[in-house]
Amino acid sequence: MTDTTATAAHFQAHDDHAHHDADHKPGFFARWFMSTNHKDIGTLYLIFAIVAGIIGGGISGLMRAELAAPGIQYLPTWLAMLHGPGTFDEALHLWNVLVTAHGLIMVFFMVMPAMIGGFGNWFVPIMIGAPDMAFPRMNNVSFWLLIPAFTLLLASPFFGGAGTGWTVYAPLSTYGEPGPSVDMGILSLHIAGASSILGAINFITTIFNMRAPGMTLHKMPLFVWSVLVTAFLLLLALPVLAAAITMLLTDRNFGTTFYDPAGGGDPILYQHLFWFFGHPEVYIMILPGFGIVSHIIATFSRKPVFGYLGMAYAMVAIGVVGFIVWAHHMFTTGLDVNTKMYFTAATMVIAVPTGIKIFSWIATMWGGSLTFKTPMVWALGFIFMFTVGGVTGVVLANGGVDNYMHDTYYVVAHFHYVLSLGAVFALFAGFYYWFGKMWGKQYNEFLGHLHFWVFFIGVNLLFFPMHFLGLDGMPRRYPDYPDAFTQYNHLATLGYKVMAAGMVVFFVNVIWSLIAGKKAEDNPWGEGATTLEWTLSSPPPFHQFETLPKID
Amino acid sequence: MATLAERNRRVGLMATAIVGAMIGLGFASVPLYRMFCQVTGFNGTTQKAEGAKAPGAVVGKIVNVRFDGNVKPGMAWSFAPEEHVQRVAIGARDMAFYNATNNSDKPVTGSATFNVSPSQAGQYFTKIECFCFKEQTLKPGESVRMPVVFYVDPRILDDPDARDINEITLSYTFFPVDSAGNGG
Repeated sequence: MTDTTATAAHFQAHDDHAHHDADHKPGFFARWFMSTNHKDIGTLYLIFAIVAGIIGGGISGLMRAELAAPGIQYLPTWLAMLHGPGTFDEALHLWNVLVTAHGLIMVFFMVMPAMIGGFGNWFVPIMIGAPDMAFPRMNNVSFWLLIPAFTLLLASPFFGGAGTGWTVYAPLSTYGEPGPSVDMGILSLHIAGASSILGAINFITTIFNMRAPGMTLHKMPLFVWSVLVTAFLLLLALPVLAAAITMLLTDRNFGTTFYDPAGGGDPILYQHLFWFFGHPEVYIMILPGFGIVSHIIATFSRKPVFGYLGMAYAMVAIGVVGFIVWAHHMFTTGLDVNTKMYFTAATMVIAVPTGIKIFSWIATMWGGSLTFKTPMVWALGFIFMFTVGGVTGVVLANGGVDNYMHDTYYVVAHFHYVLSLGAVFALFAGFYYWFGKMWGKQYNEFLGHLHFWVFFIGVNLLFFPMHFLGLDGMPRRYPDYPDAFTQYNHLATLGYKVMAAGMVVFFVNVIWSLIAGKKAEDNPWGEGATTLEWTLSSPPPFHQFETLPKID
Repeated sequence: MATLAERNRRVGLMATAIVGAMIGLGFASVPLYRMFCQVTGFNGTTQKAEGAKAPGAVVGKIVNVRFDGNVKPGMAWSFAPEEHVQRVAIGARDMAFYNATNNSDKPVTGSATFNVSPSQAGQYFTKIECFCFKEQTLKPGESVRMPVVFYVDPRILDDPDARDINEITLSYTFFPVDSAGNGG
């Protein structure tokens, strides 16, 4: 492995050759472990997100298996496999550990790395006509911070397991769960947060300073806009989470009482801080998806997107309003009626810019020359599912209604419709849209459609019954339920199996296409695909835009 | 015109400054939140009277004040109100007693936190004198009778969210204060 001894001189030599060998790549180790290339780092992020997605999705499979029937089925067995036989209470604790791990993995190690790290790194520099990110080495640090963060989280179940939920509410997370695993989870969040903040700084600098000549902010592709807004949300929200969980850590280990009434603290303060981060976080997960879907709808309608400026500023508006609605997650903590009124109204205001986006996508398709290639059906699935999730969101926004709905399966259904069926559909749409561009081989159209339909039916069967369970009052975060809820839970578990079958189709498609897929054209989508990535070869050269493109 | 590297550094540093400011704001929220609760009575934070006088009873306006007392699990005290409910004229000074006993064989120092429910009543529930204002130390086996002197501020009658309240619960929880003094 001479690659491991790569030094500055190694890269220097590479630079010297760059001008007469534009596509010279470093050796395997230097390329993938010391990478400063935005496309390679994007690829690493995507691989990471897929691995995390398999783990997080597998955990939800365990949860659906346990919930398939009333009573405790498998938890004691799984506990025995993990730790050796334990008490029944320890088995129930394992349930909390699974819920927590599923949430944290999907949020911090699947959706965010895929959306921002993966597609953002790959396509933001290309779409604005830049050769790379502003701080390529910091980009490398961002990615590699995720590895220790994820390792800490995955190791924590072997030290008792963090069963706090992804929200890590005090006092459960302060004196409710002694032992190192919650500390490991908190540290994991710190590191993942640092990674995202570095990434956000990088994106903001890149987008502000490195646009090609003529690419004004108002000519920027919508995906770039979405990443810019997302980066600002990260910049403003994540430090607050860092502060909140640092105080958790000192409460746990150093005798402070920020969240402990014994010393004059208040556990509700943690909830305020967490949701001041947590609500922008849900827009962080969905905004890049909005950007991806805008491109796909425009491409396959062969029309420019309807209301470009409205689309861009709708995202800005969602980002801004997203910071002043956090307490709608806390309607049952004893807010007074005026506060609830404000947060109800402010939350509903978000439906306005979101509605602008939905209607603009529909108006883009109106009168367009539509082709239903795989990315397009995923994008349409996204619009449909996200709208369903948005409507249940407006229901939940009502402080009065939420007294009943809070912590029921209705909430679970709502946020899985916007995330598991919204963000994830956008991810698959983008993955298929750019598959040929990223890997140089085109995916299989039939398998792509099959994946869509099986997955679509599966997730709807999985999550739609949860609305009814929630309306009937089934609380979330429990491994057991009364017999009356059996039928819908049975359907949901069935839906999981269908969804999992869809994922098998996906992996078959990816592996088959990478090995035997036909070579991708530079622009397989025709005249509707207008952004700069389609002017490059598939895959793009290792260094693109040695002469900057001019946009007029 | 600055070079690209310089401009990148400038924007990068500005973004870093935003991160620093937000971290600062995150920690600053602790004192800010406490001040906010004290000013607004948010979350059932009660008020402390400046002078020692109550404004005087408003004729015909009576509320039930319920008393609740508990200790942090594991603390070897028994702690309960003498009377569980009193009928109090709004604006009138009133006194209630709690009994605390140290059941352990060691002296234990405790400090009480308190809360009012419904929380809208917090800003009108005013204490003149309370055992919760300072730490209480009980010798092994010692029992004490602890007073709280309070009134319900008549301004509650002007608040549309709170004027219909006819029952207010005052709850105390005793927490042990460890000798190292970092409990406070």
